[in-house]
Amino acid sequence: MGEGNKSEIWQGTLSLMVLKTIETLGPIHGYGIARRIEQTSGDRLSLNYGTLYPALLKLEQEGSISSAWGVSDNNRKAKFYSLTKQGKKQLAEEARQWERTSDILAQFLASAKAKEPR
Amino acid sequence: MRNATGATGAVRAFFQRLRGTLQGSPQLEDDFNAELESHIQMHTDDNIRAGLSPTEARRAAILQLGVGVEAVKEAHRDRRAIPVLSNLGHDIRFTFRQMGKNRGFSVVAIAILALGLAASVSIFAFVDAALIQPLPYQDPARLMGVYETKDTCKQCNLSYLDYVDWKRLNTVFSALEIYNARQFLLRTASGVEQVAAIRISSGFFRVLGVRPALGRDFLSKEDEPSAPLVALLSYESWQNRYGGSGNILGQTINLAGAPTTIIGVLPRGFHFSEGGPAEFWQIHHQDTGCEQRRSCHNLYGVARLKDGVSEAAALANIQALAQQLEKEHPDSNRDQAGLVVPLTEVVSGPLKPILLALLGGASLLMVIVWANVASLLLVRAESRKKELAVRRALGATTGRLVSQFVAEAIVLTSIGAALGLLAAQWSIQLLLSLIPKFMLENLPFLLDLGLHPRVLLFAAAMALVAAVIFALTPAVHLALSKTREGLAEGSRGSAGMAWRRIGSKLVVAELATAVILLVSAGLLGKSLYRLLNVELGFRPEHLLTLQLGAPASAYPTSEKQVALQRRVMETLSQLPGVTSVGVSSQMPVSHNGNTTWLRIVGKPHHGEHNDTPERAAGVGYFETVGARLKRGRYFEEADSAGKPPVAIINETFARTHFAKGEDPIGRQVAYLSQPAPPMTIVGLVEDLREGQLNQVNRPVLYLPFNQSPDRYMVVTVRTSASNAEQELLGTIQKQIRALDSELVTTGAATMRERIQDSPAAYLHRSSTWLVGAFAALALLLCVIGLYGVIAYSVSQRTREIGVRMALGAGQSVVCRMVLGEAGWLTAAGLAIGLGCAVGVARLLDGLLFGVSPWDGLTLGAVAVVLSMAALLASYVPARRAAAVNPIEALRSE
Repeated sequence: MGEGNKSEIWQGTLSLMVLKTIETLGPIHGYGIARRIEQTSGDRLSLNYGTLYPALLKLEQEGSISSAWGVSDNNRKAKFYSLTKQGKKQLAEEARQWERTSDILAQFLASAKAKEPR
Repeated sequence: MRNATGATGAVRAFFQRLRGTLQGSPQLEDDFNAELESHIQMHTDDNIRAGLSPTEARRAAILQLGVGVEAVKEAHRDRRAIPVLSNLGHDIRFTFRQMGKNRGFSVVAIAILALGLAASVSIFAFVDAALIQPLPYQDPARLMGVYETKDTCKQCNLSYLDYVDWKRLNTVFSALEIYNARQFLLRTASGVEQVAAIRISSGFFRVLGVRPALGRDFLSKEDEPSAPLVALLSYESWQNRYGGSGNILGQTINLAGAPTTIIGVLPRGFHFSEGGPAEFWQIHHQDTGCEQRRSCHNLYGVARLKDGVSEAAALANIQALAQQLEKEHPDSNRDQAGLVVPLTEVVSGPLKPILLALLGGASLLMVIVWANVASLLLVRAESRKKELAVRRALGATTGRLVSQFVAEAIVLTSIGAALGLLAAQWSIQLLLSLIPKFMLENLPFLLDLGLHPRVLLFAAAMALVAAVIFALTPAVHLALSKTREGLAEGSRGSAGMAWRRIGSKLVVAELATAVILLVSAGLLGKSLYRLLNVELGFRPEHLLTLQLGAPASAYPTSEKQVALQRRVMETLSQLPGVTSVGVSSQMPVSHNGNTTWLRIVGKPHHGEHNDTPERAAGVGYFETVGARLKRGRYFEEADSAGKPPVAIINETFARTHFAKGEDPIGRQVAYLSQPAPPMTIVGLVEDLREGQLNQVNRPVLYLPFNQSPDRYMVVTVRTSASNAEQELLGTIQKQIRALDSELVTTGAATMRERIQDSPAAYLHRSSTWLVGAFAALALLLCVIGLYGVIAYSVSQRTREIGVRMALGAGQSVVCRMVLGEAGWLTAAGLAIGLGCAVGVARLLDGLLFGVSPWDGLTLGAVAVVLSMAALLASYVPARRAAAVNPIEALRSE
């Protein structure tokens, strides 16, 4: 469903992005999170906003975030999500693991490229 | 990328979703609708700010969601619950609604299932208690029963001297102990009572690994004949006789005429069925003459295998020892071999064939139940074809349709299984209450009968198979019939071919299974008839019997015992309604035991034992029971102590020991081991059945009671009044007590009752009734099944029948056409069933008596019964077919 050469989002990484977004911006509604993720990726990511909500529900069911109704900047009624204590812990853990994994992958790809015979 | 936080989070999420599934809150639905609406609003606002028209702006916002609004809601809903479960829940609710609408089908299917389950589960409960449940001893698999064995008696008693040698010389047992069941007279405050006791060697309970619950076990030094008399009490006896009092230990009772000290109480629930229900356990002292003679066999052995020794090795060792003893003691040990049998087999052995036959019967019934409910489901699936087609056209996937079938199967089997278990609980109690009390006492392991975990597991397995079959049948049907046809087809004439093919196969299987059960029941019934009508050699009508025991202290000598017998006979023959009275040492129709070894004087003898049952018979005994004298005379008062010893033999004795045409009267018989003078044969009677109904008659030697009296005797009374027999039994017991209050009477019953309740008759009767009941149920079910197939087929062929009739076919032709279809199914079922039945009946061989497995009459009768039933089942639909109005039939489609 990607348009042009925008990347599609991986299932596992979406929740990490959501957690990071909420940590950065504080209590924020679903639409805000979606816009922020797109902006942060420099519009390189194509996000179907619809997929965000089951992901948010999953995080809430797991106890990483909590939600409450509030009012948006434009005076719209909206549901705001904030990180729980457990959510902060999970974010820290998952971010560290992600960094390690991408480090290893980057290194691996670099060395593989270096050894590739031409 | 799972970690600790993630794992607990996942568990938490699962329970949240489970809660969502079970509660299905509409509040959360509204909440999310509002959240999604606010998302679209905010996005629309931004789009308008970016310059789009309001309509465009909203459209773009919805587009950006990626999928439709409803799909987002659906995804969110799925995440709130567990879709598989909530679908199932939905299907189950739907099933209940459907069942409510289709009550007839549901009630029949559930009832059939519950019935089949109840039958098979209750029989399995018996199998579990008798054959699977381990004996309540330590490591029971290593316990062995030890016997001497010969041609005429397989698991036979040991002689004491042989036992001592086996115990000393064997290399395979860590211990070998003995037991011997006895009846003792117990003197209590209220008089003298006969009680069951078992005499054992001191290590008996240590071999079993059982410790007294109270007090102590026997000590090895108590085996010495000089040791003081001590006894252990059974738990039940302690409770019933001594009120469970703690100071029973050390009390002295008068048992068998001797003061005996109670040293302990056995644990609750302990039983040793081989010895019968015993109240008292005592050390076996070598006090009678029997223990001095190697030829006198009165003990049974129980042993524990040494570690690492196999059953076969133990048997080989004991057989070798028996051979060695046979060489050393050729007189007494000729043809006496050794036998080692696992105790488990000894205990459950006699019940095994009947229980397995019943389990087989119940399983076959279960097969019919499965087939029957499956075919009911098929009929229903056929009539639901349109509904399924509509659901599929509306977007239901195959998986979704199948999940509906699964839900139906789960609901059906759950209700059926629950009702079946309730019914099983009830029928187990019913079956137990049908077992005579005296028989139950010898089957103590049945007291623990019930819906134990293994039984429940069996029930669950049966129900699971049912559920799988019930779910698969309509699913396969669905796969076979093309859905698109479903809508178009309607109910036109060609319909339902797939179902008719599966359905008729199911019915043929049902019919064949019913035939097997009917043949089994027929063969067992015929066996029972043969058994109850076997030649007894006496007239059992109007005969009353009881056993009489006299204490040794008051009747120590032969003279006193003979005098007692005379007084009993005199007193009883004066009672109104009594025609004649006789005493004997054993009841007829009991056993072929109590044997002696003998030879015929004047015939060559090479040491063979001629093991022969020996019975004492009083004056008038043969006349009373109604025996038939072939030659010579019966015993007379003149055949008394001090007069020359005489004997009467039966026909089998004469046939065994004398040539044809040789007259046995006046010939002499002598014991092998005792120096007593030989006995002269004075009479020859037709065989009286001494053993069980199904045993062959053996040669029997009868001695005059006056020449071999005993403190124990069987009193037999012939009456003229047939209607007041029970009353007369009571009077007889009272009269005997009035003679001497220390006399004990037991087992008062009419001879007919005794024969009816004899183990052989009981086993045959109960198996006949149970298998008969299974067969009747099977017949009923397969008739219903056949009716279902034919009726359905007629309803499907209404149009075809209409066309035929319009073209001139008469009612009888149509009728014959329908009956013909039923006839083919029945013939196929009969042929397969009869073929299998002959094979199955061979498995029943051990339970059959006087009937061969391929008994023509039984097979023929079953064929007739089944054909009649089938005719009946197809007659109604055939009539309906014949009554079809061709014009209506053609117009209605």
